[in-house]
Amino acid sequence: MEGSIAIAETVRLCRPQVIPAYPITPQTHIVEGLASIIADGRLDAEYICVESEFSALSACIGASTAGSRVYSATTSQGLALMTEVVFNSAGMRLPIVMGIANRAISAPLSIWNDQQDSIMMRDSGWIQLYAEDNQEAIDMHILAYKVCEDHNILLPAFVCFDGFILSHVYEPVDIPSQELVDEFLGPFNPYQKLDPKDPISFGMYATPEYYMEFRYEHDQAVHRAAEAIKKYGKEFGEMFGRDYSELVVGYKLEDADIAIVAMGSICGTVKDAIDEMRADGKKVGLLNLRCFRPFPSTDVAKALAHVNTIAVLDKNVSLGAKGAAAIEIKEACYGSNIPVYDYILGLGGRDVRKKDIKKIVELAEKGEGDMFYGLREEVL
Amino acid sequence: MALGIGCTARPGNSRNNKTGSWRVFYPVMDTEKCTKCGTCQLICPEGCIDQNPDKTYSIDLDFCKGCGMCAEECPDKAKAISMVMEEK
Repeated sequence: MEGSIAIAETVRLCRPQVIPAYPITPQTHIVEGLASIIADGRLDAEYICVESEFSALSACIGASTAGSRVYSATTSQGLALMTEVVFNSAGMRLPIVMGIANRAISAPLSIWNDQQDSIMMRDSGWIQLYAEDNQEAIDMHILAYKVCEDHNILLPAFVCFDGFILSHVYEPVDIPSQELVDEFLGPFNPYQKLDPKDPISFGMYATPEYYMEFRYEHDQAVHRAAEAIKKYGKEFGEMFGRDYSELVVGYKLEDADIAIVAMGSICGTVKDAIDEMRADGKKVGLLNLRCFRPFPSTDVAKALAHVNTIAVLDKNVSLGAKGAAAIEIKEACYGSNIPVYDYILGLGGRDVRKKDIKKIVELAEKGEGDMFYGLREEVL
Repeated sequence: MALGIGCTARPGNSRNNKTGSWRVFYPVMDTEKCTKCGTCQLICPEGCIDQNPDKTYSIDLDFCKGCGMCAEECPDKAKAISMVMEEK
């Protein structure tokens, strides 16, 4: 089944009551799929054809404050257009789940994959989960609703999956039964909602005496989300047979000398490359960052404590600094003296193959890093 | 005021939120000079000048933002309102 359709079918099982969405490549098949599902009477939900992404997320805020479970999906420029509403919905502490089919940001215009779009929203106060394959992408949608709607958390979440590489690829997936998803999620139980009989205003302004306290409480909630993801990830595993109790997942990492750290679908390629390097006697392992916000600093430091070199693969770049993941990995490993090398790669859909991963490991062994990997010198 | 998650507010909340906190100057009314003309009450953009039983006016500093319009518009013959720097 195509990744986007698998996601649409899974969102159906989560029973969102309102879906405001605006199509944009490579997210289109998801919202197209959901529109068909609703038109065919397979999901009792209000599908709002909005005129822009700004309106899409604004309608999500309206529906969520009115007490509905909501879903939307977007990518790249669509997410950029939503920016103001992304921060608003987070500050209003609304449990909105949104799929992000990761795509590069203009200019230059590119519809192809990298992770700059969701990384751009790093500081917005949304939870950010990154799927390695389509099974994870659909599981994380169900898990995200469970975490977000916890009254101790009350945050929105991005479920990020690489555009085209996952969204348009056909993979076998296990779509859970409606009964199990109903049992896991239960009906939406809003913490507070708009009700004419008991009026309340959301997202009021805060004077200098209160603003910092709101930001502090928001920050605390994002930190608390780490434990909530682990707890519900474990419950998810017990119910559905696939465990999500870890925010970082190692692959052949226990005895590794060199650790590769990566997010998203690239982890599949890295695992294959590691198998081949292991066959050649190289002790390489992978740390898959499943969750970027909250950032699992302690888990990262613990998982990487024994290695002697760390190579971080970033499908994004904070221009003028480094890749977003590398900056955080360095922070997590501060004081350990393990060298952390950053490799910016795969931007705007540039393919990353097993041979590239092997080349990066060779560079890291030589102490060469903090670079754009795979530049075509002849066109510079 | 306890913080409502998501910055929520119940009706009537503006009575509890004292919005005069960012004032730099505050107005001082000299009731001896005041001619009770009522210009200050009419001109106050925040509606925080009220008439007293003796027909003089007093200013609610919980909500006054210190714009100074009342002092500016107080007629020349009275000049009953002066603006004083806040000390914090």
